[in-house]
Amino acid sequence: MFIFVALLLPVVALLAGRLLRPQMGHDTKLRPYECGVEPETDARERYSVRYYIIAILFVIFDVETIFLFPWAVIYDKLALFGFIEMLVFLGILIFGYIYVWKKGALEWV
Amino acid sequence: MAEAGIALIKIAVVLGFVLNLAALLTWAERKQSAVIQDRIGANRASVFGLRLFGLFHIAADALKMLTKEDHVPQTAEKFIHGAAPFISFFFALMGFAVIPFGDVLRVGGREIPLRILDLNIGILFIFAAIALEIYGSVLAGWSSGSHYATLGGMRGSVQMFSYEIAWGVSLLGIFMVYDSLDLNRVVLRQGDLLWGVLPKWGIVTQPLGFLLFLAAGMAITKRVPFDLPEGESEIIGYFVEYSGMKFGLFFLTDFVLTILISALLATLFFGGYQLPYLEPDGFRFPWGATWSLDHYTVVFLQFVALVLKIVFFCWLLLAVRWTYPRFRYDQLMDLGWKVLFPLAVANVILTGLVLTLIE
Repeated sequence: MFIFVALLLPVVALLAGRLLRPQMGHDTKLRPYECGVEPETDARERYSVRYYIIAILFVIFDVETIFLFPWAVIYDKLALFGFIEMLVFLGILIFGYIYVWKKGALEWV
Repeated sequence: MAEAGIALIKIAVVLGFVLNLAALLTWAERKQSAVIQDRIGANRASVFGLRLFGLFHIAADALKMLTKEDHVPQTAEKFIHGAAPFISFFFALMGFAVIPFGDVLRVGGREIPLRILDLNIGILFIFAAIALEIYGSVLAGWSSGSHYATLGGMRGSVQMFSYEIAWGVSLLGIFMVYDSLDLNRVVLRQGDLLWGVLPKWGIVTQPLGFLLFLAAGMAITKRVPFDLPEGESEIIGYFVEYSGMKFGLFFLTDFVLTILISALLATLFFGGYQLPYLEPDGFRFPWGATWSLDHYTVVFLQFVALVLKIVFFCWLLLAVRWTYPRFRYDQLMDLGWKVLFPLAVANVILTGLVLTLIE
């Protein structure tokens, strides 16, 4: 039910805006914002490779984080065994992290 | 039927609270920045000469956004361009479904849990909502077909990637201490007392986790000093090609997210709706004094406590925004990957060590 109400709110807001606002299209007005300069190239061009590297790192580390969640919830039942097991797991994670750092993948130049 | 009615009332209360506070924050941010910078701030809107410290600016802004011309650039992907603010706003609101506003309210033999959705994985739901929320700004940036907007969208997505990991790991300590992902159980367990005096709040058991969560949370809500996706003095941001109510939704999303982060900070680290020494039957102080209260008063006091905590954190986030300058992009990435992430992992190991030693 919350989903419907949350869906409805922006829809109503946008509809109300559509009913109230003036509609005056104009060619020059509809150009993308470039501080008055004619856009030379398409905006959706190639991105810096840094973005991809960070995205791949994110996938790796985020999946590892997800593995930690169930462990954290039942931590009191696992006691010492769970702690050592997770140290091994985190050790692998930290090793990979140091490797990535040394490789310079975290440097943003 | 009664169930549906109760659910509707709960939704109305929560959404009413969130949206009104968000609207109020649009005013508070301008007024607070003015006070910090020794200006007067918004005070021009008036009804019959009545100005009320500029509070009418909220209504004036809403009217202005509703009546502004809608502007979709020629280069835009029309459908995605229209859907992006909707996605942002919708998922930001979804996060509030699992925030507990109280324990249970007993009316006429009926037990009403005071949260919209009783989920045992509450915090993962909020993670999902916030991760999906970022699609709004990325799609907005990409679909606009403007260089500035594209840059803003790319920056937003990578900032989200970098900080979400530290954000998630910084919370692990909390779940190790309180053994649950259910936000209500986390709050309930924070009602215990440490050594009979100190409330067992998250800030006491996880001080480092709190700082990490606060920093990463600010980055995720794209607020100053982490507002590079917006960067209004350089690239204006992913919503540069938006006008009217579509921009209004992005604007409001910003404040809804601020409230969501404040609510999370209050719930996870400051005891949520718990007041120190307030038990279900009244106050019970550690020095032996008691002050019994009836059920409704207790529920009401708890709700007020949570609201005050949320308002306090909103104030804190706004104050931070007007105190610190924006980071440079490489500083931002360094902070996320080289400082917050290792500290968060160290926090997890430290928490595990302490918990094992206590046992």
